[in-house]
Amino acid sequence: MNRWLKGSYLGLVYLFFYLPIGVLAVFSFNDSKYRLTWQGFTWRWYESLLANEELLQVALNSVLLALVSATLATLLGTLTAVTLYRYRFFGKKLLFGLLYVVILSPDIVMGISLLILFVSLQLPLGFWTLLLAHITFCLPFVAVTVYGRLSGFDDTLTEAARDLGASEWVTFRRVLLPLLMPAVIAGWLLSFTLSMDDVIISYFVTGPTFEILPLKIYSMVRIGVKPEVNALCTLMLGITLIMVLAAHFLLREQPT
Amino acid sequence: MRPAPRGSLFRNATLAVIWLWLLVFVLAPTAMVAVASLLERGTDQFVTAAFSLESFARLFDPLYFQVFWNSIYLAGVTTGLCLLAGYPFAWLIARAPGRIRPLLLLLVIVPFWTSSLIRTYAMVIILKANGLLNGLLLWFGAIDQPLMLLYTEAAVIAGLVYSLLPFMILPLYAAMERLDLRLLEAARDLGAGRTALFLRVVFPLTLPGMIAGCMLVFLPALGLFYIPDLLGGAKILLLGNLIKDQFLAARDWPFGSAVSVVLLLFMALFLLALVYVRRRRADAEAAL
Repeated sequence: MNRWLKGSYLGLVYLFFYLPIGVLAVFSFNDSKYRLTWQGFTWRWYESLLANEELLQVALNSVLLALVSATLATLLGTLTAVTLYRYRFFGKKLLFGLLYVVILSPDIVMGISLLILFVSLQLPLGFWTLLLAHITFCLPFVAVTVYGRLSGFDDTLTEAARDLGASEWVTFRRVLLPLLMPAVIAGWLLSFTLSMDDVIISYFVTGPTFEILPLKIYSMVRIGVKPEVNALCTLMLGITLIMVLAAHFLLREQPT
Repeated sequence: MRPAPRGSLFRNATLAVIWLWLLVFVLAPTAMVAVASLLERGTDQFVTAAFSLESFARLFDPLYFQVFWNSIYLAGVTTGLCLLAGYPFAWLIARAPGRIRPLLLLLVIVPFWTSSLIRTYAMVIILKANGLLNGLLLWFGAIDQPLMLLYTEAAVIAGLVYSLLPFMILPLYAAMERLDLRLLEAARDLGAGRTALFLRVVFPLTLPGMIAGCMLVFLPALGLFYIPDLLGGAKILLLGNLIKDQFLAARDWPFGSAVSVVLLLFMALFLLALVYVRRRRADAEAAL
């Protein structure tokens, strides 16, 4: 295979990835409700989003849910990663395996299994059930991200801390956590993204009292293509892009 | 590393919390799905405590059997297409000059994390009757009037491939990047041709990545219910649509659970294959 052929194959696949979302983004600025052709630049679809108070409330709900679930998942996930790295304990391999299985398992199975759980516990479906579900699917991603940073870590630092009389908690708080911070923040950003984008699991554990954005978008896109929806989706794409890029650069710098 | 003290409160508290969390929100609910699939449908409650295999028998009811096979067929085609497109693509990134490789990889990671619902919607815009693809085809004179691209099986497959291709590429890339290039040189020096090189060296070494990629494409391709919803109209159903309808519309939890158990069984098969391949490889390395 020559270089030209390789390059054009790569280009073709990237075009496949980016052309549809690019078209979506461009059309969100198109000054025409139905036409395919470019009718001039406009902000008006974004303005009409901002004027939609119901939609803003739903967006606020989603941001709140993502903030709380990402924070709690990051807390639990980081502790799990450190424990997996630092200690020997019964069932360690099983815990590892379980975290990977949660990442790999199809969303729909997690959605219905949590629905069955919440209904049997007679928990009303709404903010709290969404929160528990979102923490559960974000947690393993954080654990794996942070654990990745720990492998290849300099053990002499934690040993020095212990020799100087630090307790396990102090070692974690003062030595490990500062060094892990980039991975912890990256884990938080990815959790936030996962929470903001999840459709399938949320679809089963949501209730009428707490509407969230991905499900709102789902009900909007089922109706058809509308410029306001294009604008909303473009905003979501922008948020994801910023979060993922930030996480990527945080994880790229090597631990010292 | 010296083992850290066993009795520390920090260690025990963390272990207790994480195990409790996984027990309550992962293991118990999964067990409940398995149990529900073996119970009878209730009248005032969703299930009654009576053992029955009826839900699994219903999978063979012609009506559901067709949905079942059609969904597996769609997931199979999607997985095949992703593998076909993703394998050479991952190889080209893994062998790209070190300078541009991080950028090429990042350009796959971004769609990996991007909402698949929004990307499906973007596909609708492309495939609409007055969408971009029809517009281009008309402009080039390849067709006289817009084609009905949306609400076809091809549209559903296109949507599934579009959503899931990054999930095939990333595990493949991980396997290919780790691949020791000296092995390729050694095989070449020993007189292996291109075919032998691929079949006997590259293929076995990238097999774990392939299985992982196929699992990450095949299982969601059975479950992503909004893709046929948006691209396939009401005619095409996935197992995901079937599960969703049983839980939220028909309220037949045992049957919905039985379909989910089938999904879990597929997952178990993939995981077993992965463990088997990894173990064989570890044995082979130990023998060297």
